Amino acid sequence: MNYSDKLGKALVEHLEIVVITLIISLLLASVLTMFAVCSEKLSKVLIYLFAVIYSIPSLALFALLIPVTGLGKVTAITVLIAYNQYLLLQSFIAGLNEVDPAIIEAATGIGMSNVQILFKVRLPLSKRALFAGVRLAVVSTIGIATIAALINAGGLGNILFDGLRTMNVYKILWGSTLAAGLAIGINALLSKIEKMI
Amino acid sequence: MFHKAIEFSNVSKRFDNTGYNAVDHVSLAIEEGEFITILGSSGCGKTTLLKMINRLYEPTEGTIMLFDEDIRGVDAVKLRRRIGYVIQQVGLFPHMKIAENIAIVPNLLKWNKEKIDARVDELLSLVGLEPQAFKKRYPSQLSGGQKQRIGLARALAIDPKIMLLDEPFGAIDAINRMNLQEELLCIHGGLKKTFLFVTHDINEAFKLGTRVIIMNEGRICQIDTPRNIVKNPADDFVTSLITSSRGQGRFWEEFD
Repeated sequence: MNYSDKLGKALVEHLEIVVITLIISLLLASVLTMFAVCSEKLSKVLIYLFAVIYSIPSLALFALLIPVTGLGKVTAITVLIAYNQYLLLQSFIAGLNEVDPAIIEAATGIGMSNVQILFKVRLPLSKRALFAGVRLAVVSTIGIATIAALINAGGLGNILFDGLRTMNVYKILWGSTLAAGLAIGINALLSKIEKMI
Repeated sequence: MFHKAIEFSNVSKRFDNTGYNAVDHVSLAIEEGEFITILGSSGCGKTTLLKMINRLYEPTEGTIMLFDEDIRGVDAVKLRRRIGYVIQQVGLFPHMKIAENIAIVPNLLKWNKEKIDARVDELLSLVGLEPQAFKKRYPSQLSGGQKQRIGLARALAIDPKIMLLDEPFGAIDAINRMNLQEELLCIHGGLKKTFLFVTHDINEAFKLGTRVIIMNEGRICQIDTPRNIVKNPADDFVTSLITSSRGQGRFWEEFD
């Protein structure tokens, strides 16, 4: 395999991890948010729980999971999903709750159910805050996924760590530039979209 | 024959972590078609009283009947669709056009499009706004008075028999407020609905109400027609309300 093929393969692997992580994260966070808006107590418990997980350094969390899920992608994706829950839940719940209480009172008073209020009022009015949470999760996932190369999950981290091990400056530069560039580029793209919605 | 539209029997409401009843053993009966204004200073329990009717608050004790049916036995969402609700802050949905705001509940009830369109036009005309000019605007493009007209139209959308209005004109300037009061009287007269209107403005209460409920510290001081209240105030609180209002009248006479 030549050099550009290796870079391409690493980039594709990286994106694969990011995309799978985000799809599952969003599904899970949406379901948890639905429960959380129904009960303030549950929302506090969930946020606290994921805040604790989020505070564990990624390498330590990878290490903790290896006995359960082994080396590789599954462990990496599981950890990334857990981290994302904190970022997503926090911004989802905050976004949905910052809708003007008078609007919610009026909606309730004219006979909308909680589910109707969620989908017809809260969600459309907080879509920008929700999207900002998603953007944060995407960028964070791209970054932490780099470290996942250490547990054989592949991705751009592979090039970077290869470079570090063999003291190959080109590999270090390529690995770090691509990882950083991907994060910065996607963040810029999503910020643009966020302004349009 | 008059029907009892609303009946409170010994209703109290005590909020968690407070040591007193916000509404304290209230009993009253309101007949269909009346325009009742509820007058009192802030914290007297008038809004709490109102919000128990559409179950935004649940009473701590006592029963509330609407047309001889205990409201506890009715699903809260279904109950609220039989009652119009208008609040001071209006609470229009900023992401929806005026027509969509008015049609929100008809849409949830899956009325057909022609019926909804016709109803929106009818309601906009009823609240004094030209349908073609306003239907496609967003709430942010409206003045305070216009917003409250839409709030009123939205509450009337599915023709509820009872309308609850919580200081609807409280944030509107004096001139617009006068016009809105006149129009509300016309709407009430034309529709034969039962209106409950909360206000802390004695002029507004006595101008609009066929009967006025005067509340103080969670209790009802007096329920009667404006004329009878002025003639025979029930207690010192009612007397002081009337005296203070008369004092304001004299203040204006000094400028003549």
